[in-house]
Amino acid sequence: MTISNARQITPELIAAHGLKPDEYQRILELVGREPTFTELGIFSAMWNEHCSYKSSKKWLRTLPTKGDVVIQGPGENAGVVDIGDGDCVVFKMESHNHPSYIEPYQGAATGVGGILRDVFTMGARPVAAMNALRFGAPDHPKTKHLVAGVVSGVGGYGNSFGVPTVGGEVNFDARYNGNILVNAFAAGLAKTDGIFLSQAKGVGLPVVYLGAKTGRDGVGGATMASAEFDDKIDEKRPTVQVGDPFTEKCLLEACLELMASGAVIAIQDMGAAGLTCSAVEMGAKGDLGIELDLDKVPVREEQMSAYEMMLSESQERMLMVLRPEKEAEAEAIFTKWGLDFAIVGTTTDDLRFRVLHQGEEVANLPIKELGDEAPEYDRPWIEPKTPARLDASALPKVDVADALLKLLGGPDLSSRRWVWEQYDTMIQGNSLQRPGGDAGVVRVEGHATKALAFSSDVTPRYCEADPYEGGKQAVAECWRNLTATGALPLAATDNLNFGNPERPEIMGQFVKAIQGIGEACRELGFPIVSGNVSLYNETNGQGILPTPTIGGVGLLADWSKMARIGFAAENQMIVLVGAPPSWGTHLGQSIFLRNIHGRAEGGAPPVDLAHEKRVGDHVRNLIASGIVTACHDLSDGGLAVALAEMAMASGIGATIPGLTEADPAAMFFGEDQGRYLLTLSIDPQGAEWEQLAAEQKKLGIFAPWIGTTGGRELKLGEARAISFDELTTAHESWFPDFMGT
Amino acid sequence: MKSAVVLLPGLNRDRDMIAALTKISGKAPVTVWETDTEIPDVDLIVIPGGFSYGDYLRCGAIAARMPALRAVAEKAAKGVMVIGVCNGFQILVESGLLPGALMRNTSLKFVCREVKLSVANANTAFTRNYQPGQIIRCPVAHHDGNYFADAETLARIEDNGQVVFRYAEGTNPNGSINDIAGIVSDKGNVLGLMPHPENLIEAAHGGSDGRALFESALGIAA
Repeated sequence: MTISNARQITPELIAAHGLKPDEYQRILELVGREPTFTELGIFSAMWNEHCSYKSSKKWLRTLPTKGDVVIQGPGENAGVVDIGDGDCVVFKMESHNHPSYIEPYQGAATGVGGILRDVFTMGARPVAAMNALRFGAPDHPKTKHLVAGVVSGVGGYGNSFGVPTVGGEVNFDARYNGNILVNAFAAGLAKTDGIFLSQAKGVGLPVVYLGAKTGRDGVGGATMASAEFDDKIDEKRPTVQVGDPFTEKCLLEACLELMASGAVIAIQDMGAAGLTCSAVEMGAKGDLGIELDLDKVPVREEQMSAYEMMLSESQERMLMVLRPEKEAEAEAIFTKWGLDFAIVGTTTDDLRFRVLHQGEEVANLPIKELGDEAPEYDRPWIEPKTPARLDASALPKVDVADALLKLLGGPDLSSRRWVWEQYDTMIQGNSLQRPGGDAGVVRVEGHATKALAFSSDVTPRYCEADPYEGGKQAVAECWRNLTATGALPLAATDNLNFGNPERPEIMGQFVKAIQGIGEACRELGFPIVSGNVSLYNETNGQGILPTPTIGGVGLLADWSKMARIGFAAENQMIVLVGAPPSWGTHLGQSIFLRNIHGRAEGGAPPVDLAHEKRVGDHVRNLIASGIVTACHDLSDGGLAVALAEMAMASGIGATIPGLTEADPAAMFFGEDQGRYLLTLSIDPQGAEWEQLAAEQKKLGIFAPWIGTTGGRELKLGEARAISFDELTTAHESWFPDFMGT
Repeated sequence: MKSAVVLLPGLNRDRDMIAALTKISGKAPVTVWETDTEIPDVDLIVIPGGFSYGDYLRCGAIAARMPALRAVAEKAAKGVMVIGVCNGFQILVESGLLPGALMRNTSLKFVCREVKLSVANANTAFTRNYQPGQIIRCPVAHHDGNYFADAETLARIEDNGQVVFRYAEGTNPNGSINDIAGIVSDKGNVLGLMPHPENLIEAAHGGSDGRALFESALGIAA
């Protein structure tokens, strides 16, 4: 059945489109008459939170986005960063939270598809992907189903498309019970002189539709993604798109061939709000109007209305402004790959967005106001309350070995092998480090020594306790993980997942987290070059933990010197770089407190950014010097967990005598920031170590020699030695046992 | 020796395979497109891995019916060496160039990990640079690698020494019957295997156990 464009515009219809009364007033002023049904749909698609960033823009502007290596910052499909020799890395992270909760396989699959398209739209061949996934409590009835569906959706799309998944995160918390997070990251390589942008140029040029046909799937998806969930969420299943990775793979190859032919003036993928958003963005950015003739749009269903075609979120589609003289050549490339190629419109000089359908003008709107002049809000916010300091001395004493095994064998810190073995982690033949280490590392094809490191990080429980420190910590941990491979962190993308911004306490979390992120990015020289905001992550009024995911990219000049987390040899000295005098102190909001004592108390660990930078730069220099044989940053679970991970990665154990006067819990499980574990191939009694220790003292870095590698056991302080088998059994069992496979 | 790589929409380890053949032989392979009805004069034809045509029907079923595969079959009949890796193996089975079938993994999940293979027959054109019974490392990455053949076929290929690689040391990732990871045709010039030797040929891959397979096929001495 066709929905007529003449449908009456009622207050209920306006509300159903997520438009507030004052926003509708503004529409009336802009249009000078009542909008048509199609126009209402277009406004709804462009002015929803997902597409317009109307609540977040004010704060996003405060983030540092420039730097010596930044070629393209936020505002395009993805950020672009120079890596030298005429090459650049193109990357972005984006959420697909709401669709993945409603339909986990397709929601996650199309999330991966969308982010890959963002990257290759810019002219880059995708070389790496990551996924940051947050699920509800393991014992929640929906969690298992969602984990199974999301993981197989991520794999199903990425594996078929042919990009290695080299990293990511999987976490569980009851606060995601009704609203999971699926944040997909992709990075690609391009030539610095071969970057394509979405800004249309030139009047009277053909606007070309590329890729798959348009269907009714995903109609209104972006509007759905900008609303809170309630109990009737299953009714929204038809708004989730269906992915076709085969078509996307063909689209990638066809687009790269087309770009090489010189036919492309501007190109934009059709993501959220499909044809509407892509056409408006290309025109508005280029100060041009666009006229579309929907009768030319390739469709896979009959009798689609203009409204449906403009709001369809069918996947694997692109819109392009073409050099007219290259039309035949361009069409031949798309025909070869079995894809649609249709001229559906032209660029105009009148700054209007006009849509024709079956001889009727169904929309005629001012394009700038739809696009870059959409409404913007300065939402009220309140300063978040930070919890009282934890008195760790009052915690009951526990056995360090038992606690470590419990942590390794629990939902938070157990091995994610069950997840990443469903992802193709080695396709393309360039994966130097696969999931399970500090960062994924991929060598740069065509270059003898260069490699890129990728990491995705955030600790939501820290952000909940203290959004400002949590925001800082997310950036610092990402920067640290890249550094731990020996890479120089270049730039980052942010995926900001929060609750309902119309609530001042949620807006307060958002504002403070952005301030923390901005502060850390400035101090660490780690600009934000792309990103995505996902708000309204709430179900029945309960918000998620504030989750600003940071995806970072670093550059290794020579991957033969890259560090890995596994102990490399026996009898090597283990050094804890960047530690406080008692090695570890901070148990507030720690995994130890949460899993061993069942408490979520205290403040988030503070990040001293100047110290962070000093320590990281020092570690990176040591790795480049060649004396570092293994390196691992300390994060969730602190020193004990980091040591266990280094031992499990290689099968070589270690003995750490520990400090007799310190509290073993804080020493081994404290989550103080800015710390790394290194093994060194030098003699602890020799002059080299003496010299290094003197240098560290001068830098103001405390880096005690805490123990030695060797054997098949991990011996921590006074606790009993834990065998390699006991460690790995605990670490590897939880996930398969939980999933029942 | 000259080689060719078959390109079909949806294959995605073609670049890995071309890189491996180029690095090992010093010469880039020629490429053959889905609609090509003839294959140039080469000694080795490789069908790489991926998801040809999305594998939306039975894996490899559409690819097996493309003109390029008819051309591969003609060359195979003339004794030209053919290797199909992963989706390439599935396509060779669907084309009838190799016996048996590849079913969904018993886990019903995609699996990407490193496994151990034993060289069950080192007396083939593809394995002569390995030792008989040698255990090698090799990555796998597939959803449908569970090899099956009826009892009669199985007995025949086992008796003929057509089973070339077996998953070893308990690392069978997919439930394949008799731990079969790779087989050759009865004439011995067509090899299909699920694992990806092209992803383990140099230091950057963390090892080079896959190299000898291509060196054998390309006539490069061990």
